[in-house]
Amino acid sequence: MKEVALCFLNLFIFIFGWVLLPVLETTFCNVSLKNPLILASGILGLNKNNLLRAQRGGAGAVTIKSVSLEERSGHETPNIAFFEAGMLNAFGYCNPGIEEALKEFSDLSCFEVPVIASCTASNASDFAKLVEALDKLDFAAIELPLSCPHTPGHGLLVGQGTPEATKEIVEACRKKTKKPLLVKINASLPGIAEIALAAEKAGANAITCSNTLGPGMVIDINSTKPVLAFKVGGVSGHAIRPIVVRSVYDLYERIKIPIIGLGGISRGEHVIELLMAGASCVGIGTAIALRGHNVFEKCCNEMLGWMKKHGYKSIEELIGLAHE
Amino acid sequence: MNEFAKHKIKEARILKIEQETPTVKTFELGVSLDAVPGQFVMVWLPRVAEKPFTLIKTGNTIAITVKKRGGFTEKLFQLKEGSYLGIRGPYGKGFTWNGVKKACIVAGGIGTAALLRLVEELAKNKASVDFVADFKTKSEILFKERIEKVANLHIITEDGSFGTKGFCPDFLMGFLKKNEYDKLYCCGPELMMVKVLELCKKFDLKAEFAVERYMKCAVGLCGQCCLDEWLVCRDGPVLSSEQLLKSKEFGKFYYLKSGKKVAIQ
Repeated sequence: MKEVALCFLNLFIFIFGWVLLPVLETTFCNVSLKNPLILASGILGLNKNNLLRAQRGGAGAVTIKSVSLEERSGHETPNIAFFEAGMLNAFGYCNPGIEEALKEFSDLSCFEVPVIASCTASNASDFAKLVEALDKLDFAAIELPLSCPHTPGHGLLVGQGTPEATKEIVEACRKKTKKPLLVKINASLPGIAEIALAAEKAGANAITCSNTLGPGMVIDINSTKPVLAFKVGGVSGHAIRPIVVRSVYDLYERIKIPIIGLGGISRGEHVIELLMAGASCVGIGTAIALRGHNVFEKCCNEMLGWMKKHGYKSIEELIGLAHE
Repeated sequence: MNEFAKHKIKEARILKIEQETPTVKTFELGVSLDAVPGQFVMVWLPRVAEKPFTLIKTGNTIAITVKKRGGFTEKLFQLKEGSYLGIRGPYGKGFTWNGVKKACIVAGGIGTAALLRLVEELAKNKASVDFVADFKTKSEILFKERIEKVANLHIITEDGSFGTKGFCPDFLMGFLKKNEYDKLYCCGPELMMVKVLELCKKFDLKAEFAVERYMKCAVGLCGQCCLDEWLVCRDGPVLSSEQLLKSKEFGKFYYLKSGKKVAIQ
């Protein structure tokens, strides 16, 4: 009799526990995601094999490395430089060009998670050409990084980080696709809300905040020279997280479209912090260098552990919680 | 907790330069570092570039052996003792030799450098090693004395100016017919490694290969050095015969600096 009672008690605990378990599934721009963690553009993403690695590592969605109209070799090495609280990179948009990308990504059936495209150009009409080409493939969304801090002719270095340029580029791209358009901005800039509002008004479906900050510089004092071949590069890693949290918090109060928060995220607790600031999804990139390609899975487990302990059951409950 | 700092550039000035052959130099660098044979470091020449190199010596000082073949190595060859170099690393996965009692090592040209510390580790474990080394010509033979001390060295030259004349995989075939090995290790030109891999399959022999791809970040972020699903910087440079037998790109394709996929000639 005692054993039967114990058995029932165990069953009860099991069912009760299962009902209470938090879930990480969410939707973003009408796309279902098994978790809110997205492989950031520029990390891996040169080809499908690279992206599959992030999928195996547990990413909820993956983003390709930005493609341009022409093949680009990018900057000379060193392309990355480390410091105590993060990393600088200046790859200079190396990519095989749109023609090769269209071949490589023509069949996305090997992916169980959504694949997001990304493209870069120097002006609105080239952006529109790229979006028109990418629109024909099975990408779940297209990201426009108008914010790279280290490539001449692209992003901040060609003046794309203004409300006017953002409006012009997003409007030109909006005409070429019905897919969700994500506009990636740079939290280094003053007045990011105005840029995000311009993107929203021009038809963007979400804001990705942020690109790498800066640019910054690391000098190796023993050789007296900057480490990066391009001398300056975008800053990522732990150091930029508080700036990204603040930027996402500010944007959440100003814009209606959802936000992908990105920058300095390497643990599940960081993801939760950014969700509370107002992000609907969270990008991960540099943290792969610290925790391996399964950093997504590790973050998910940490999130589930924290949510269980604190009684949260869904991602939606956490989004914007810091504003209440 | 400071996980980023370990990747910072370390000063590694040149202590000693040795001309190994007309086209190969060894640079001993003043930095203390431990690494598994097969692992590599990124070597930075300020305002020039940063490239991956295998280590032929670790400990209180390290050493790299370099073949002159392009802009970076030409600049490196102009440097003098005392010149500044920076390094970061070690990176990647090295060779494994646990329980290996009898090994065959197959080296092609400068690939010998990647296998030098391995053969010495095997010897320390009292493994018997047949070391087959393939060089273009007599003057390009590398590390002859150092290898002869610890292994049975069989030198092949393509022009027959020393040792056996011929092509390494042909020679190896006869060797594998006569001997049974626990494991084979190989590093050399990729098309040679493909032939050696085919032989390993034929003789059902477990093997490890040190492979090379154009590399940028070395920490698994940029994806530039991919070989099928693997990243040479993180899963390699040492890959197993099981992995490479599944590969669609080994011996066939590699990626340019732009990430464009091109066929190996």
